[in-house]
Amino acid sequence: MKIHEYQAKELFRKYNVPTPNGKVAYKIEEVEKIADEFGLPVVVKAQVHAGGRGKGGGVKLAKTKEEVTQFADDIIGMTLVTKQTGAEGKKVNMVLVEQGVSIKKELYLSVIPDRETCSVAIVCSQDGGMDIEEVAAKTPERIITVHVSPTTGVQPFHMRQVCFGLELPKELMKPMSAIVKNLYNLFVDYDCSMLEINPLIITGEDNIIALDAKIDVDGNALYRHADVKDMHDADEEDPIELEASTFGLNYINLEGNVGNIVNGAGLAMATMDIVKQAGASPANFLDVGGGANAEAIENGFRLIMSDPSVKGILINVFGGILRCDVLAQGVVQAATKLKLSVPVVVRMEGTNVVEGRKILADSGLDLVNAVDLADAAEKVAALVA
Amino acid sequence: MSVFVNKDTRLLVQGITGQEGQFHARSCIEYGTKVVAGVTPGKGGQKMDDVPIYNSVKEARAASGANASMILVPPPFAADAIMEAADAGIELVVCITEGIPVMDMMRVKNYLATKTTRLIGPNCPGIMTPGECKIGIMPNTMGKPGHVGVVSRSGTLTYEAMHQLTQVGFGQTTCIGIGGDPINGTNFIDCLEAFEADPETKAIVMIGEIGGNAEEDACEWIKANTDKPVVGFVAGLTAPPGRRMGHAGAIVSGGKGTAEAKIEAMKNSGVHHCENLGKMGDLCKKVF
Repeated sequence: MKIHEYQAKELFRKYNVPTPNGKVAYKIEEVEKIADEFGLPVVVKAQVHAGGRGKGGGVKLAKTKEEVTQFADDIIGMTLVTKQTGAEGKKVNMVLVEQGVSIKKELYLSVIPDRETCSVAIVCSQDGGMDIEEVAAKTPERIITVHVSPTTGVQPFHMRQVCFGLELPKELMKPMSAIVKNLYNLFVDYDCSMLEINPLIITGEDNIIALDAKIDVDGNALYRHADVKDMHDADEEDPIELEASTFGLNYINLEGNVGNIVNGAGLAMATMDIVKQAGASPANFLDVGGGANAEAIENGFRLIMSDPSVKGILINVFGGILRCDVLAQGVVQAATKLKLSVPVVVRMEGTNVVEGRKILADSGLDLVNAVDLADAAEKVAALVA
Repeated sequence: MSVFVNKDTRLLVQGITGQEGQFHARSCIEYGTKVVAGVTPGKGGQKMDDVPIYNSVKEARAASGANASMILVPPPFAADAIMEAADAGIELVVCITEGIPVMDMMRVKNYLATKTTRLIGPNCPGIMTPGECKIGIMPNTMGKPGHVGVVSRSGTLTYEAMHQLTQVGFGQTTCIGIGGDPINGTNFIDCLEAFEADPETKAIVMIGEIGGNAEEDACEWIKANTDKPVVGFVAGLTAPPGRRMGHAGAIVSGGKGTAEAKIEAMKNSGVHHCENLGKMGDLCKKVF
């Protein structure tokens, strides 16, 4: 689960990682008041879950009172388009107003779990403020990676590797070591799946400050982090995806015209792929899960039908724990209630498939039966063409 | 012959008194698996059907001679359950549980490095040697004995592969779901090594998905180490980058873990890449 920059910085402060003075504002007057309090210059930063905000016009440095008002007006309520938001962009509801700081040098630092080595990787670079993937591609030698085993936790030699790797002056090694240690502890304590600071700056006064902050917390660990759970911002989610999650459905909205209802994540992905190969395009990823019941199937159906670009639906279920008769009941229930306006192709196999097929055949519904996966994809593609 | 499990495997079930635990323990028994013990802390001395329940894995193993464990406990307790089984010296642990925090699995993996226990999963359908032993949640109607080894990151795609293989007349030695989490126990290469060493396994089906580079590593291994024919499939060509496709481990980020790269690796290592999942059975028929 992603949290906002201002929320990530609250966690930083809790772990004694220095950040600029800052406050959140929802209205222009609030921004002006905060600017008066901090003194000029201030930075006005759009709070949305997307990178590349600066390039999209969502981060601005205000040097005068007029600029404060102007930039607050520009950013609050704007639809911010960055390379991470997609073309539709994201509406900005609030901003973080921060006291301006002088920048002597920009560094990069992130902490991520490394699946290959089963350790926590601390990644840093002297080339902060830039697109780190570009740095990694062009000058990989300027990226330093330090692996920390969760059984030992961060040790002084890890911190030294970071400090020497960044070629820090001697007097900054102590504060940087403390920052590395504190960030590692924050990362582990809060079950983060990503923590990134770009840039981490050295100020004109030789202080190290986290100018930016990104944190993504492992959704599976939220049960032990009630405080982070409360930071969830429903405005950042696709409303259909959010609703799906309340029914235990895993739904991801896509751009295509074939709605998919599938059990299992792998099969759902493979179904999207095969729909595309057949010449149509998937409108969604929907994994109804192993333990789905008739209600869950009905809700999945309803969510897909609410997408106006859907011209046909493909149901592909390999019954394991989810029995085909249960699925068939859900389909009949949904189709009867929702009045199908698009063709539905059904392919099912596995547990209780005979009973399931009988329920569909007896329902009198106008469904297209497919004998196997390839047949299903071709049939649905022909129907939406 | 088979891989990792056979008719002599003695299984204990951790979390046997839970709803899922009961259901799947019964299903394994029905399949023919020797389920010799259950573990639910605090319920030692009771029974689930005819299966004796113990408070700890150590106790259960001593009393029953179990050499494998199936874990069906909720995610907050799963890491502990895996480590308890390893501590008790259980040789094979199959963890079905989905949704274990990554940090927990990281600690588990580091702990397992000090033990000889093999972990399959988590977030997996388990392992099946058709006709002999099932440890997991696959439907009992799946699979038939034969000579193809199946290894897959996805549960339902394992079923799909087993189904299509059976349809075209190929049985399986052992089918292994290694799970869709970013950090798991047994990986593709472990399974491929076992299939290579098993004389009964004549051909291999390998099913991957986006995220990580386990498929790429496996392809390198295949190129260098096996002459058995391998058919491979990768799910997620149409998956948008930056989104987790259901499985915690199935994500393309920073241009890494793409289906294209994995397919390329398969083609470069002599793996017969299956482009159309609907025709996997036909391709196997052609290749094997």
